[in-house]
Amino acid sequence: MSERDAPSTVPFRGGGFTTRPYRWVGFAVFALLLVFAEVGTRIGFISPLTLPRPSDVLGTFRDLYASGMLWTHLAPSLTRLCVGALLGAGAGIATGVLIGLFSYVRAGLSPVVAALFPIPKIALLPLFVIWFGIDEGSKYALIAFGTFTPTVVATYGAVDNVDRTLIRMGQSFGLSWISIVRKIVLPGAMPGILSGLRISLAIAIILLVAAEMLGAEHGIGAYILEAGALFDLERLFAGVVILSLLGVLLSFSIGLLERRVLRWRS
Amino acid sequence: MDIRLDAIGHSYGDVEVMRDISLDIPSGKIVCLVGPSGCGKSTLLRFIGGLEKPTTGQVLQMGAPSEDCLNPLTYVFQDFALLPWRTVRGNVSLVLEDHPMSSTRRESIVDDVLSRTRLTDFGAALPKQLSGGMKQRVAIARALAVRPAVMLMDEPLSALDSQTRELLMDDLIALWTRTPFTAVYVTHNLAEAVRLGHVVVVLSRRPGQIREILHLDKPLEERGFGDPDLDRQQRHLWTLMRDEARAADAELLDV
Repeated sequence: MSERDAPSTVPFRGGGFTTRPYRWVGFAVFALLLVFAEVGTRIGFISPLTLPRPSDVLGTFRDLYASGMLWTHLAPSLTRLCVGALLGAGAGIATGVLIGLFSYVRAGLSPVVAALFPIPKIALLPLFVIWFGIDEGSKYALIAFGTFTPTVVATYGAVDNVDRTLIRMGQSFGLSWISIVRKIVLPGAMPGILSGLRISLAIAIILLVAAEMLGAEHGIGAYILEAGALFDLERLFAGVVILSLLGVLLSFSIGLLERRVLRWRS
Repeated sequence: MDIRLDAIGHSYGDVEVMRDISLDIPSGKIVCLVGPSGCGKSTLLRFIGGLEKPTTGQVLQMGAPSEDCLNPLTYVFQDFALLPWRTVRGNVSLVLEDHPMSSTRRESIVDDVLSRTRLTDFGAALPKQLSGGMKQRVAIARALAVRPAVMLMDEPLSALDSQTRELLMDDLIALWTRTPFTAVYVTHNLAEAVRLGHVVVVLSRRPGQIREILHLDKPLEERGFGDPDLDRQQRHLWTLMRDEARAADAELLDV
């Protein structure tokens, strides 16, 4: 038998292109970045003017916690975030469902939403101050308005994507309109609504800082802006870390909610 | 309750898809509609159930459905149309929830149809856990729950593999033998038509017209896999349809 005819194993070429969960890699990258910043600032190849030392930021954070100021800043910010996001996302889901269900509402409102979407909401803050006052009103309004548009777009997209065969099934069994909406359309749109909510809530956190630019004494945003104005990088970073943690927490809780509500998905 | 189709015709814009279809669907019989693809058999079924309106002609209900019938014209769909977020029980009870009845009554109906379709042990399962055949059993159970006067079955076995199809055909025959029901059964599979149909209606290619109506007198429970009588009938149907099927296959889709 010549060499050409000798049996050889078929080479495996089906690997790759699938994602696998490697949780620890994320933490390792974080730790690596922190260690790099810490070592860099200590040795001196990163000037302390360009980046604060991570251990100093941690110290600032500890002071903030020990003095009780952390809660003083966090409480009003969380209230603004909750009220604003709740109003915005609630109105957004309701409007999105109406646009998804009624052709007239769609024809009337979807251009309006398209026109509102690209407006940088921060630019409207002075307007909101005139409309809703310099107190909490304008802050709620800014956050609500900012979460409203992405929620509307995600929701009516989700309603559009509900399997039409299921709706036809509901009609063929003589289900009432309200039953079809409640038992078929809304649960079917839920995955899309939740993934839209992920984006909306991240936007709410971004807008929190903007909302606290005007007329806020306390709040994480106010704290960051004040530190920024003074070029106090340790406090700036401490504030940013709090916002970042808040974002991770929110995204994690939506993940939990998705796992609970969307257990039926494979 | 009988169904009468009275000179049904339909066009989409200038394209005539159906012409002058008149047909009686007698109660207690299974009427199979076969025809080449694009002949409008599924559309015809949607007319019968009132999900679409024909351009001309009308669908008539002859007589009233029986008192305890909750949804006279009930579909079984090719793609099962089960709600993925509801369990098997939940999917069946969905169609009962809009009707006023006590919850014990509802539960007992669900229990009854699940046991008739041999699904009692799967009540708590979600659709994603079930095989295609099981999903279609759930859909059949759901249809039985509303006690339909006429079952409108739109290629109910076409999404299943051939072994599962055999099993489900046996199940349907057993269900019909226990309590005869009226059904309009749309299929492109001639073997299904001759196994399940008391009447087989052959439609021509677009515009769909009735080409032949075949009456099969052999009782359903005596028809088995590979029955020579049925094979003969099936061959006859195929000779009727072959040229049309070929022409339909070569047609460009423009609708």
